[in-house]
Amino acid sequence: MSTTATSGPAAAAAPRGPKPRRLSVARIGLYGFLIISALFFLVPLYIMVVTSLKTMPEIRQGHLFGLPETWTVQPWIDAWMHACTGRDCNGLSPGFWNSVKITVPSVFISIVIASINGYALSFWRYRGANLFFGLLVFGAFVPYQVVIYPLIIALREVHLFSTLWGIIIVHTIFGMPILTILYRNYYAAIPSELFKAARIDGAGFWQIFVRIMLPMSVPITIVAIILQVTGIWNDFLFGVIFAGRNNWPMTVQLNNIVNTTTGTRTYNVDMAATIITAAVPLIIYFISGRWFVRGIAAGAVKG
Amino acid sequence: MAQARKRRLRLSAIIGTVPMMIVAIGVYVIGIAFTVFWSFTDSKLFPNSTLVGFKQYHRLWQDDRWLVAVQNIWIFGILLMVFALAFGFLLAVFMDQEIRQEDLLRSIYLYPFAMSLIVTGLVWQWMLDPNFGIEHTVRSLGWANFQFSPLVDPNTAIYGLVVAGIWQGSGVTMAILLAGLRGIDAEIWKAARIDGIPIWRVYIFIVIPMMRGSIGTAFVLIAVGVVRVYDLVVAMTGGGPGISTNMPAVYVIDMITKSYNVGQGMAAATIMLLPVIAVIALIGLGRIVSTRRKNAAILRAEATA
Repeated sequence: MSTTATSGPAAAAAPRGPKPRRLSVARIGLYGFLIISALFFLVPLYIMVVTSLKTMPEIRQGHLFGLPETWTVQPWIDAWMHACTGRDCNGLSPGFWNSVKITVPSVFISIVIASINGYALSFWRYRGANLFFGLLVFGAFVPYQVVIYPLIIALREVHLFSTLWGIIIVHTIFGMPILTILYRNYYAAIPSELFKAARIDGAGFWQIFVRIMLPMSVPITIVAIILQVTGIWNDFLFGVIFAGRNNWPMTVQLNNIVNTTTGTRTYNVDMAATIITAAVPLIIYFISGRWFVRGIAAGAVKG
Repeated sequence: MAQARKRRLRLSAIIGTVPMMIVAIGVYVIGIAFTVFWSFTDSKLFPNSTLVGFKQYHRLWQDDRWLVAVQNIWIFGILLMVFALAFGFLLAVFMDQEIRQEDLLRSIYLYPFAMSLIVTGLVWQWMLDPNFGIEHTVRSLGWANFQFSPLVDPNTAIYGLVVAGIWQGSGVTMAILLAGLRGIDAEIWKAARIDGIPIWRVYIFIVIPMMRGSIGTAFVLIAVGVVRVYDLVVAMTGGGPGISTNMPAVYVIDMITKSYNVGQGMAAATIMLLPVIAVIALIGLGRIVSTRRKNAAILRAEATA
């Protein structure tokens, strides 16, 4: 599905709209709209970057769009190591490592569980399995607020509230509906002859899963990893409630740095911290390209 | 022997999906049941089981904060839906005209969606800052009366959130609708050209109805995002100025964690569940009706054959 930048008969067959005429007024208007729209999306990123490289006196002069007169990377260093949230002045770095500690196990566990779910739902439909699946599909639409308080109480009962494992469990729970749907739909498209042949050869539940299904699951697993890493890294609500102060992820610390500072606000440090927090998902986005879009589309088509 | 083996195999499937059962039943049945139950109690800091009937709901609908929150989610939801769908559709149609640099433009339109809503909120808070943001810059260029700092005024703050929401969500809408456009048979365009139908009419009367699926997907994606909007509010306005940008999602969390009024928070959460159930019921009803119609059509076809 890769389209070349050149037009004419050599261009890929992907675009299906009415055939464009040569460079006409309409064509110029079309590009004008697309470019102005691109600017609307790009300007905030540009402003974030230039603001983070300016000194505070220069920011107070108020040239929002101007390039820095004196370039400085000090705000970036401050944001990473010295910015304050309340009493602690260690910058974003502890939050970054907390986010890593939360994201890696959450992504791994949620994907393992969801792939087994999808596999069982596609090939081993036991009595009642569809009921559980129906509940998960329903769960994909339920606002988090509806089930958050019972979860707080339940985790408190087992002493996992405000712990690293608590937040990992919560991410696993809320990732399950969408990931299970993703894997189920993927496995449902695999020819059942493959499964039946393996059964005749005497392979069992786990053997078929590990030897046949897993090796075939690479594409969907890439989509799932992208979906989960960006989703969990960007999470704020669960982090602030379930992780506990010592495990607060980066998004929570970022918000604290920016929104709860006492005294003068250092906008350049704020913007540097914002970019650093956005960096991980952005890098994943730009590397993964079309896979990312596929993940969104898969995530959007629930059920 | 074979029977026993089969049973043992099915047992592994059941064991393998124990986490799913726990989550499906534990969270989405028992959890919701507890939320609904607590909404009928006078739970304060901790949940208790003193039933008080509909008192919490009664108080909820007299609470200005909740009323503002409900009003806001309509304003935010409808505006975001209209603008994101319209803007996303225009972008998708224009992207579909064999343009140059399609991949680059797509990356630009879509990248905000990859970032946290906290990031989006903080960026737009800075852009809309009355002292240093867009307003100040435009004024210093000569337009002394230019006004663009919605966040400082309780009457306009919600529109600031809408702007940030459009920035975050239009690109995804474009991507989904573009996929829908590409899925439409190219013959349509040839047929329309032969019949001399103007392009805009083809889009409105033929293409859009054919894109029902992807428009529905985009609609659901935006709607789910609207109901869940929490991070954006916290980062951008903190619910203020005053109570002007409260949303139901924010209200529930504040009731639990700040106001220690669990009963009322659970009443609000239960109300948040109602539209979801209504929509699911509608979808279910729609499916039943359409399968009935299909069956009727098949019967009719068989009868005539």
